Amino acid sequence: MDNQEVAQKIREVAKKLLSEGKVSCVIGFEKGTVPMRERPFFAYTPEEADRLTWTSFCCNNLANFLVRRDLGEAGKVAVVAQGCVSRSIVGLIKENQITREQVFVIGVPSPGMLDRNKVQAMVGAAKVITEVTEDGADLIVKGKDFEERVPRKKVMRDNCYTCVQRNPVIVDELIGKESEPTHGGNIDKVAAPWEKLGAAERWAEFAENYQSCIRCYACRDACPLCYCHVCFVDEAQPQWCGKTQDETDVLTYHVLRAFHCAGRCTDCGACESACPMGIKVRKLTSKIEKDIREMYGYQPGMDLEAQPPMSVYKPDDPQEFIK
Amino acid sequence: MADKILAKDKLADFVGGLKKDLDVFAPKLADDKLVWAPLEDGGEVLWDFSNTEMSPKDFFFPQTECMMHFKNDPKDEKGMIMEAEPGLSKERALLNIRPCDAKAFGVLDMIFCQDEMTNDVYWRDKREKTLLIGLACNDPCPTCFCTSVGCGPHNEAGLDVLLVDLGDKLLARAVSDKGKGAIASLPDAAKADANKAAELKKAAEASITGGVATGNIDGREVLELFNLPMWDRVHESCLNCGTCTFCCPTCHCFDIQDETQGDFGRRVRNWDYCMSWLFTIHGTGHNPRTGKKERVRQRFMHKFKYIPVKRGGEIGCVGCGRCVQLCPVNIDVREVVNAMNQ
Repeated sequence: MDNQEVAQKIREVAKKLLSEGKVSCVIGFEKGTVPMRERPFFAYTPEEADRLTWTSFCCNNLANFLVRRDLGEAGKVAVVAQGCVSRSIVGLIKENQITREQVFVIGVPSPGMLDRNKVQAMVGAAKVITEVTEDGADLIVKGKDFEERVPRKKVMRDNCYTCVQRNPVIVDELIGKESEPTHGGNIDKVAAPWEKLGAAERWAEFAENYQSCIRCYACRDACPLCYCHVCFVDEAQPQWCGKTQDETDVLTYHVLRAFHCAGRCTDCGACESACPMGIKVRKLTSKIEKDIREMYGYQPGMDLEAQPPMSVYKPDDPQEFIK
Repeated sequence: MADKILAKDKLADFVGGLKKDLDVFAPKLADDKLVWAPLEDGGEVLWDFSNTEMSPKDFFFPQTECMMHFKNDPKDEKGMIMEAEPGLSKERALLNIRPCDAKAFGVLDMIFCQDEMTNDVYWRDKREKTLLIGLACNDPCPTCFCTSVGCGPHNEAGLDVLLVDLGDKLLARAVSDKGKGAIASLPDAAKADANKAAELKKAAEASITGGVATGNIDGREVLELFNLPMWDRVHESCLNCGTCTFCCPTCHCFDIQDETQGDFGRRVRNWDYCMSWLFTIHGTGHNPRTGKKERVRQRFMHKFKYIPVKRGGEIGCVGCGRCVQLCPVNIDVREVVNAMNQ
C-alpha cells in the first residue's frame, strides 16, 4: 500500500470511529502549509476526518498528545501510530499516563520517515523548495528554477535507517499489511561511534554537537516521555540547571534529559525532527538505548507486560557492569 | 543624496573601507545553515539567499547578556556593589540584513526605549553602534508575508543603506545620515539603474501572495478577540516550546537572574518565552495563564492586537516567515491571524 492509499484508509477508519462515537477524537496528521511538513491534527467529527493524511513527512510523535488529555465523553481517543510511536504509547501505559482502554491505535507500518533537512541539503541550502511529492522510491523536489529527483533512501531520518520495529506493537486496527520489521541498518554500528574515543575527545564532540542549541526545548516538548509537571530545567527552588547559553548550562540540560529517558526512549526521532537548528539530538539517547539493551536485555515499549529495568528492582538484576 | 552604484567586483574595497573602523558581519553558509558570521577580508558575500535561520536580533539583544557583575563578599568594601558591563568597544556593520529584520528592530526600539524611565541602555548602546546595510529581496520566499504587515521586500525603514541587486552591481540608497556617510564616495547611479530597482521592487511585492488581513482585528475590541472560539483549536498541536519566540525578530521578552559562584556574582538576562508555563507562574503557585490555550492565544494577541494598540498601530510582526518554517508542528501564523480577522 502506498502512502496515499494508507491515508485514504486512515480517513475511512477515523470516520467510522467518530460517527459511531467510539472515540472523542482521532489524533493524526494533516497536510502542512510548507513543503515536507505534515502536522498533527485533531479530528473531532467525520467531516474533519477528511483532512487526515499520511506521508513520509509525518515526523511528529503523536503519543506526545496523549498525556493529561481530556478524553471527552467517549473516554477514548484514537491515535495514528507506526512502530516507534506505538512503542511510546506502550511506554505511557506502563508509566500510568494513560490506560490501554483509553487508546484506540490505528496502526500503520512505517514507510520510513524522511528528514526535510537532508532533502534541503541535497538541493542546496540556499535554494527555496516550493513543492515535494512522493513518487515511488523517489521524491520530486521542485523550486522556482529547478526540479530534481531525490532517492528516498538517501534522505531518511537517521533513526529510521536503523529502525527495528516498523510495525506497531499494539494495534486496534492495522492499515494494510505488516511490512518488513526493520529497515536493515545496524543500530549498534551507528549508535555510538564515539565510544572508541577517549574522554577529552568525547567531551569535545559532545560540546560541538550541541553548539547551536538555542534552549527552545522543542526536543523536550516533542518527546512523549517528557511529561513532568515541572521539568528539572524549570525548577527554581533550587535551580538545578542554568538558563544561560554558557556551554555548561546547555550541556547540563541535554545530558540530564538524555538520562531521564534511559530505559524509556524508543528512538522515535521526534526530538531531532523538532529541533529548529537541526541538531543531532539523538547522539546521547541512542547510546543510552544501546547500553540498556546490552546491560539489561531490554528494549522499551516492545511489550506491555515487560518490566522496565529503571523502575523495577530484582535481587538478581544484572550488575557485572557496575564497577 | 542621489542613489549610488556599488559594483560587485568593487565590493572588497567597500568592505575594506568599512572594516577600518567597524567589524563587519554578513549571512554565510555554515554546515548547510544560513547564519550571521564575521566577514573576513575578501570573504565570499552571499547575494542569493532567502534569510538566515535565526534573526540578527542577537546583535542587539544577545540571548545571554551579562548586565552587571559584583564581588559576592559582604565583608569586602568593594563587595556587593553592582558594576555595569561596558558597552560595545567597537562599532559594527551588518551587511545584507533583510528589510524585515531591520524593520523589526525599529519596532523593538519603541519597546526597549520608550521614555526616560524605560530606556534600555544595553539595547541602545548596540543599536547606536551598528550600521545596517540592507539587501532588498528580489525573490521573496513562499513563507514571506511582509507586505501585509506594514513592511515589504524593498522596505527602507530601520536601515541606514538599502542595496538592490541589479545583477553585476548593486544600487545603494542612503536611508539615514549614517548611511549617507557610508556610501558617499561611491559613484552616482544612472536613471536606468534606479528604474530597474523600481521594477524589481514591484515584481517582488507582486510575488508575495500568501499574506494576512488585519483590518478587522484593528476594529475589534480586545475581549472579543480574546474570547473567540478559534483559540480552542489553534493551541491543540502547540508544543509550548520556544522555537517561534526565539527565531522571531520582534519577540523580546527576557528573564533576569543573579548568578553567584564563590565570590563572583553577575546579573544576567536571558531570552524568555511566553509559551512556557513558567513565564507567568506567581510565587503563590497561581498561574493566570493556566494552560496551553491561554499561552498560545497570548502570543498572537500580543503581536497582532496589544502591540498595535499600544504602539500606534505598529504590528509586532514583520512577516519574515521564520516561525512558519521552523515550528515543529507547523502552526502557521498566517492562518491564525486570518482566523482572528474573520
